[in-house]
This record gives sequence, C-alpha cells and structure tokens, in this order.
Amino acid sequence: MSRDWPLWEVFIRSKHGLSHKHVGSIHATDAEMAINNARDVYTRRNEGASIWVVRAADIVSSAPGDKEILFDPSEDKIYRHPTFYEVPDEVENL
Amino acid sequence: MYSQLVDTGAKGKPSREGMSPEEAAFQDRIDQDITVEPRDWMPEQYRKTLIRQISQHAHSEIVGMLPEGNWISRAPSLRRKLILLAKVQDEAGHGLYLYSAAETLGVDRQELLDALHSGKAKYSSIFNYPTLTWADIGAIGWLVDGAAIMNQIPLCRCSYGPYARAMVRICKEESFHQRQGYEIMLELCRGTEEQKRMAQDALNRWWWPSLMMFGPPDGESVHTQQSMAWKIKRHTNDELRQRFIDQTVPQAHYLGLTLPDPELRYDEESGHWQIGEIDWSEFWRVIQGDGPCNRERLGARVRAYEEGAWVREAARVHAEKQAARRAA
Ligand SMILES: [Fe+2]
Ligand SMILES: [Fe+2]
Repeated sequence: MSRDWPLWEVFIRSKHGLSHKHVGSIHATDAEMAINNARDVYTRRNEGASIWVVRAADIVSSAPGDKEILFDPSEDKIYRHPTFYEVPDEVENL
Repeated sequence: MYSQLVDTGAKGKPSREGMSPEEAAFQDRIDQDITVEPRDWMPEQYRKTLIRQISQHAHSEIVGMLPEGNWISRAPSLRRKLILLAKVQDEAGHGLYLYSAAETLGVDRQELLDALHSGKAKYSSIFNYPTLTWADIGAIGWLVDGAAIMNQIPLCRCSYGPYARAMVRICKEESFHQRQGYEIMLELCRGTEEQKRMAQDALNRWWWPSLMMFGPPDGESVHTQQSMAWKIKRHTNDELRQRFIDQTVPQAHYLGLTLPDPELRYDEESGHWQIGEIDWSEFWRVIQGDGPCNRERLGARVRAYEEGAWVREAARVHAEKQAARRAA
C-alpha cells in the first residue's frame, strides 16, 4: 500500500458574518495545496469567503469519556440563564 | 442504491437479547436519535458496516464520473458542456466528502482506494452500463441522479454525524443534476423524430437498471433490518423504489415517452404505479462483475490512478524539499 498525503481539516467562513465552521477534510502535501484543494472541494458554490486548514494531527480534542467531568458542572447552574429569574408581567423591557 | 449490498454482519433479526451493557446503552442513544460522533464508543459491527456503506457510496460517485465523462468532449453545445463539466466535478466532490466521512471511522483513504482498484470493493451496478448517445446523459441525470436523491435524502438523518452531514451537502448539489438531465430529455422530446427516438431508446435502456439501484427486494435483503435498527437506513429498498416509480412515471408521460414495461399499470386502490417483474439475475450478474462495462470502468479507474502516480510523487518530494529548506 502506498502512503496517502497528510490529512487536513477544513474550516470555511461564509459571507454572512459567521465564524469559520468545520466542513470536512482533504489530503494535501503542504499548506498551499491544502488551501487549493479545500477551495475546489468545499467552495464550488460561493460557500466561502475564507478558508482555514489545519493538519488533522495537530488538533487536540476533549475525550468523549471526559464529557461528564467537563460539561456536567454547568448543568445545575440554572441561575446562569435569564429564565431563572422572576419578573412581574407588568414590568416591561427587562 | 449507491451502496446496494452492505454486509452488516447480522445473522438474523436484531434483538436486545445478548447485547453487552455498552451495546444496549449505544442502542438506547440511537433510539433517542442522539447522533453518533467519531470518537464515541460504537459496536465494531456498526463501525464496519458504515465503512462498507460510505466507501461503496464514495466509490460509486467516483466511478460514476466515467460514463458521463465520456460525453464531455462531445456535448452538443458550449452550454451543455459547461453544465456537464460542473456536474461531473460535483460527483468528484461527492466522492471526496464521503471518503472524508469514512476516514473519521479510522480507515485510510488509501486502503479504500486500494480495495476499489483491486476489485474487492463494490460500487453501484448502474455505472456498468454504457453511454451510447447524448440522450443517455439526459437519462442518467433524470433517472440515476433522481434515484440517488430518493435514497440520499433519508441518509441526511442517518445516525452517524459525519455521514449525515456529508449527505446534507451532497443533497443540496444533486437537484441541479436531476433537473439538467430532465431538461436534456425535454429538449430531445420536443425536437425531431430522430431526437425523440433517441430519448425513447435511452429511457428503454436505463429504466430497469435505475430500478435495480435500490438494491435487492426486501425479502432477500438480510441486512436491512440491522441497518434500520442502527438508523443507518430509514426505509427499505422496496419502499424507496416504489416512491421513485411513482415520481418518475408521470414525468416520463409528460415527455411523451413510454416506459419499457408492458405490465406497468396504475393501481387505483393503493394509488401506486405497479411494475412488472425486475430481472434480478441481471442485477446479480452486474454486481458480481459481469455487466456490460465492469472491466472497462475498473480499467479506466486504475489507469487514471497509475498515470497520476508521478504527479503524486512529485508533489510529495516538492513538499519535503520545501520543508527541509524552511528548517535549514
Ligand atoms: Fe453525486
Ligand atoms: Fe449527481
């Protein structure tokens, strides 16, 4: 089996003022080719105004097993949400 | 469909008995429509099934470029040439989105390509038929992409996140494929007698193979149940095939064409179009490698890959040189 080129993750920012969003991956030998390939594969219909490519090997992500440690503590802090607070109906603009 | 025979490893009906606690918890999440993501725990068979299905699907997109590519240089006008080029390029893109989704399951694209080139991996039977006239390009867009859309829309809700997301992107691009095909047929059918005959001939040849795209009948499809329990599949082969028939028959009538099925009739009671018997022996022959163009398609694929070897090699060496220069 011959070796494939390195894998890059692709992020595209659309025109509508949103931040870059992950769209998929591509293979490329270097950063320049990664941008070119990402353009051909993921922006054939005006989807993008900017492209980020990151070597997949360089991405650090949280482990699925750490889900509870990381995210459960925020679950019981309901006072962080506006709906937690009682405001009389008569009071407006609050 | 684009993946017509996906082995799920299932021996019979899926059941909760004999599931390990992890498997049961996994099935619970599937039942609650919680999407499975690459690093989540999943049963080995689920992973393998998805790799098979997504790679078959990817291979079909890539091999699917060949029958249409055959007509790019002979398109009847510049407009048609631009459209066909864009469509074929989209199919390359679809293949790449799908290889990318498959890679999230821990396989390398290279392994998948090697399996395709060695003849071990399957792709859709439909791409082993020849494109003899320009009308075939119309029939493919209308029928083959039409059948693909029918199958791919439910896949947008598939339980595996990266596959579902790739399908959303693909479905957005597919509808132009079907419409440009129908437009070609319409133009031919409004043309000379000879052009209309060409359109009819293309429909005659592509109708039955298009119906076979949905895979074997439900009674013979042992893996459908397991795929449905995992929510990889949302509808059975026969359900999707029937929907496609009901949608397509009136479109053919609008063109003034006849479907090549003397038994075709509208069933008032069920509200469905009923077709005659599909020749399943043809389906099995084609899927097992003995269709009209199997050798030609695989040969063209392998040749393209081998002829590109020096380009891939040069790009790799260039990147290494650049990296070394930067490091120095
Ligand atoms: Fe496609
Ligand atoms: Fe298509």
